[in-house]
Amino acid sequence: MIHEYDVVVIGGGIAGLYTALTAAENAKVAVISKVHVTRSHSVAAQGGIAASLGNEEEDHWEWHMYDTVKGSDYLADQNAVEILAKEAPNAIYTLEHLGVPFSRNAEGKIEQRRFGGHTKNFGEAPIKRACYASDRTGRAIMDTLYDQCLQKGVTMHNEVFIQHLLFALNNCCGVAGYDIATGTPRVFHARAVVLATGGCGKIYKTTSNGYASTGDGLALALDALLSLEDMEFVQFHPTGIYGLGILISEAARAEGGVLRNGLGERFMERYAPTLKDLAPRDIVSRAILKEISEGKGVDGKDYVHLDLRDIGKEQLNQKLPEITSFVKTYLGIDPSETQIPVAPTCHYMMGGIPTDVEGHVLADKAGTILPGLYAAGECACVSVHGANRLGCNSLIDLVVFGQRAGLSILKEIKARIIHPLPVQAENIVVDKINSLLESRGTERVAVLRETLQCLMTEECSVFRNGQTLEHSLAQIRQLKKRLLNVGLTNKSRIFNYELQEALELNNMLRVAEVIVYSALGRRESRGAHFRSDYPERNDEEWLRHTFVNETPTGLKESYKPLATGRFTPEKRSY
Amino acid sequence: MKVTLKVYRFNPEADIEPHYDTFKVEAEPNERILDCLNKIRWQQDSTLSFRMSCAHGICGSDGLTINSQSALACQKLVEDYDYTKEILIEPLKYFDVLKDLIVDLTPFFERVKSVNPKTPSSPANVEPEKERLQSIEERSRFDDALKCILCGCCYGACPVMVEQDQEFIGPAAILREQRYIFDSRTADAQERLQVMQKPHGVWACKSYYMCTVVCPKNIKVTEAILRTKKKIIKEQQPKVE
Repeated sequence: MIHEYDVVVIGGGIAGLYTALTAAENAKVAVISKVHVTRSHSVAAQGGIAASLGNEEEDHWEWHMYDTVKGSDYLADQNAVEILAKEAPNAIYTLEHLGVPFSRNAEGKIEQRRFGGHTKNFGEAPIKRACYASDRTGRAIMDTLYDQCLQKGVTMHNEVFIQHLLFALNNCCGVAGYDIATGTPRVFHARAVVLATGGCGKIYKTTSNGYASTGDGLALALDALLSLEDMEFVQFHPTGIYGLGILISEAARAEGGVLRNGLGERFMERYAPTLKDLAPRDIVSRAILKEISEGKGVDGKDYVHLDLRDIGKEQLNQKLPEITSFVKTYLGIDPSETQIPVAPTCHYMMGGIPTDVEGHVLADKAGTILPGLYAAGECACVSVHGANRLGCNSLIDLVVFGQRAGLSILKEIKARIIHPLPVQAENIVVDKINSLLESRGTERVAVLRETLQCLMTEECSVFRNGQTLEHSLAQIRQLKKRLLNVGLTNKSRIFNYELQEALELNNMLRVAEVIVYSALGRRESRGAHFRSDYPERNDEEWLRHTFVNETPTGLKESYKPLATGRFTPEKRSY
Repeated sequence: MKVTLKVYRFNPEADIEPHYDTFKVEAEPNERILDCLNKIRWQQDSTLSFRMSCAHGICGSDGLTINSQSALACQKLVEDYDYTKEILIEPLKYFDVLKDLIVDLTPFFERVKSVNPKTPSSPANVEPEKERLQSIEERSRFDDALKCILCGCCYGACPVMVEQDQEFIGPAAILREQRYIFDSRTADAQERLQVMQKPHGVWACKSYYMCTVVCPKNIKVTEAILRTKKKIIKEQQPKVE
């Protein structure tokens, strides 16, 4: 079946919906999602969305910009960060006008709270910059955008798994995939294609990400021979529920929670004397693991405590109801009485598909635009987060750059000729599915996936070194070979999740290889990338972005100078 | 320890009637029912089909009927049930079964969509330069409805939907509309109240409270529906069928 649209957006999270909503002003738009659109992982965002509204105390976009650049360990492109910080307040007002139900302060304005790494007056003290809707900020924004998209006539194609980007004369002119419900191929013909597929946290064993976060859009970009940028920078959120990885928002610490080691010490005072528990995530995650490695985990185990007891029952129910209920459901404890066992959990990819500030996907590091293809959100790298993203900066990134992508599409598509679809578009998908269904291979998807997840968690997390990375790389390449010999025991075409997971695993392995390869290349420590064999930041050699792409002979790396700006690198202390 | 799950199976390619398969899995009391289902699929029977995504009760993918009551598989633990006996796993009631535990949610999402007025009304007529003001009290009037994750558990539990009025718009759709009707910023609340008064709308609810009982987010769904009815009585002519 061939569908005709002006714009197809792959991925129905906040970035995808915002891009779709913007483009729908004057174009026929479809959102394609592997799950039902309302299930996208943006709904799991809890704590807030950053903007210097100044509703609680004096704030300026320059302060937000400074914090973001410093938080990125000076690897972010400052032109992009400037846009993010400047446009953030209006983006919040637009969301409010669309109907997003932000929590309110006594004056009736949008209430704001503290968040990790956000400070007043260039690092002096924590500042209230995070706008929020209790601890359901992502859900609140998603629901509003979903309703708005429906009103604007955006078509939702739920449970369609995209396998290929389609090109004609080097223009992206559509996508091909299949219906998960029936296994039948689906081809979408469009003037503009947007990748908004989110992250790939599921390549790790312990992650806050949902099952759908398997890096599909990143793999589509690799297929199109594009590079991925800065993939070595993987964020580990300091406070995942121990064992499960479910996120306990930084908002818990913003509202007064503190981290304690096995001795009951508030150890963050030693690592970040000014911001303490509200230091950026890379720093807090390393501090937790350092405490644990020194034997100061709780009961000698590999977790610490998040102590919310001082916040009080009422505040917990009002400001943090969702996480209070998670803790009750999964651990059977009341956080107003008992401390929560936490450990770092894989949370977010700073890197992704290189784009410019208008959402265009870049074909090379010289900045050549690939006509017809756009990207926004976690799968994109613009780069505003550099080597480490600050909390609340993800949601604002989705909205600001989702809107910019939507606006450039509106500007550009009318003038763009409609490129014909490549013949055989459907058959590529059919062949791919058939070869998997008919394979007599002996390897099992679930086994290979678990091996990958354990490997990444053990050898490529918060701390890395050359030796373990070399080992991981060899192991991933081995797993890729084994995947060629995969066999499915489920031969059905109807809701065949074994088939889906085999396709996802291929994406996961390819992205994992790029992550490890990129990490091996960067011989310094910066932001979330900490090499114990190169523990120092090295601005002379490494103030540059990593680009890695697939070639017939394997991965190839190159580097791109970053857009510097008003803030020059200084020692990063908090 | 071993946990026994009796699972509803239906393969539209091969079966005329559904049947049940029994699986034994190794699981701890504090593991999720979803974990047990994944163990079945990944270790015993790859053909078992069910939806999942976030696995912590916020995306709404894995609404099922567990021991005869609607629930999210990722939010219920083994220890929430008497695991010395079989735990019965079935698809959500009311909906058509597509395969195994997967139901056709089209009627659900169509209804949620149908409560949206056709013309975008928000933003309100006057757009201030900054945010519109809303007091904490005004915001609290629709806070409960914001918790809805569109999982469909309430549809599977509602006696009106399952037994009496197939066309009933349903608890989640009313809740969605209630969220806008009670939001002080909504310019077209009266129009939305009228939408609620259409046949099979808000008046079809007979207050069985089952939606409230099963709601995975503990939303006081029935109360929200009653508040909507009261608002209609206060501000419009009720059109009870």
